[in-house]
Amino acid sequence: MFDWRWDFAWEILPRLLMATVNTLIAAGAGYAIALVLGLVFALAQRTPYRPVTFVVRESVEFIRSTPLVLQIFFVFFVAPQFGIRLSPWASGMIAIGLHYAAYLSEVYRGGLESVPKGQWEACTALNLTPMQSYFRIIVPQALPPSIPGMGNYLVGIFKDTPMLSVIGVAELMHTANAIGAQSYRFLEPYTMVGVIFLLISLPTAWLIRIFDAWVRNKMGMN
Amino acid sequence: MEDLSKYPLQLDGNDVPVVRFMNVTKSYGSLTVLDQLDLDVTEGEMVSVIGPSGSGKTTVLRMLMTLETINSGVIYVDGQPLTHMEKKGVLVPADQKYLRKARAKIGMCFQHFNLFPHMTALQNCMEGPVQVLGMSKKQAQERSEELLSLVGMIEKKDQHPSRLSGGQQQRVAIARALAMRPKVMLFDEVTSALDPEVIGEVTNVIRNLVNEHNLTMLMVTHQMGFARDISDRVCFFFAGKIEEQGKPADLFGNPQRERTRQFLSAVKEAD
Repeated sequence: MFDWRWDFAWEILPRLLMATVNTLIAAGAGYAIALVLGLVFALAQRTPYRPVTFVVRESVEFIRSTPLVLQIFFVFFVAPQFGIRLSPWASGMIAIGLHYAAYLSEVYRGGLESVPKGQWEACTALNLTPMQSYFRIIVPQALPPSIPGMGNYLVGIFKDTPMLSVIGVAELMHTANAIGAQSYRFLEPYTMVGVIFLLISLPTAWLIRIFDAWVRNKMGMN
Repeated sequence: MEDLSKYPLQLDGNDVPVVRFMNVTKSYGSLTVLDQLDLDVTEGEMVSVIGPSGSGKTTVLRMLMTLETINSGVIYVDGQPLTHMEKKGVLVPADQKYLRKARAKIGMCFQHFNLFPHMTALQNCMEGPVQVLGMSKKQAQERSEELLSLVGMIEKKDQHPSRLSGGQQQRVAIARALAMRPKVMLFDEVTSALDPEVIGEVTNVIRNLVNEHNLTMLMVTHQMGFARDISDRVCFFFAGKIEEQGKPADLFGNPQRERTRQFLSAVKEAD
């Protein structure tokens, strides 16, 4: 029955807060990898070299079509059979970073395609190199329309960090499980994990909206 | 493939035109946009290109800016091939590296301005000089401010394009193109997207360029009065060919060809 114990909740709070730090680090590091790698995936799909385009596009499709948990298991349990032995943290960051890079590359792709063709023509008329055109003209214009999508996946990656508990990364979910296993009390730890996620997700989504408006304003795009 | 050996590797002689189209054809599938075009533009000349839509006039400019490839013929700029390069004594289609060098002499303004929206007017003008010409920021800023003054936009130099009217954006775009010190300037229907009341501010800038500067210019326009006023020569395009060309007074005052007459009277009625 409903049997919430405040004293127990207070007792486990410090442990959960410590784990929250790990969760934030995991989400932050995974997201940083995804942001950079996603852009690489998106740009690679636009090169004139057909084999590169093909391989990257199919890889992105493959990653997006298989579960994250499976990818985490693969990197952690299967890769050692090929001589790649990584810590739970490293495996987790690679798996979650790759996974979200695939999604983010689609967000970027939409952003890149939204830049009018005339911008490319202006680049040619000014004789900018393709590299200069991309990184000084096209990508800066592709980012603002990508921000809402990027923000969604920031919250998404944060909410997916509990999956890392399956390979023993000591984030929130892992810690809550451990508390439950020791005390046989699950109500308080799981409830508190839910509340912590909520308290971080909601303001993040709100901050992203503010950031979006700020960037558009800064770039004179509204 | 066309036999390119009949084209000279470069143009020699005393009166080499700044631009020469030699037998240039452009087609999309079965649609021929330009049909064996020959056109010379001499130094300092202002040539207006008029004609009904679909007559290939914009394509002429786009090919010269290397935004379009061509199917046959060769374009020369300053006596050197633009669309082709020499390889073992014959011309072959130019590669990207060659194109980058060759098109440095050409500048272009577009119907829809195509300013970089994330940069201010000043940054738009400085981008090419700093990134492409390797100029110092200080030098580029001086030149850009000079040019923004020339087009009457110096007061708005720190504004983003979204804060500017169409006419103001187009004037910034002209300054941006001039900042690259092109030898040939191309104006592609630069007033077509503008509200009637701001067309004058753009045409005045171009008029000023014609009078004060020794630029070679090619302009595609629907404004017959303006073309008549400022051009040294007007070319009337029809179905991918130059149907008639001549001094503005002659072409507008006494057109020789039936199609020219029809076009001019149709345009006049619309005015």
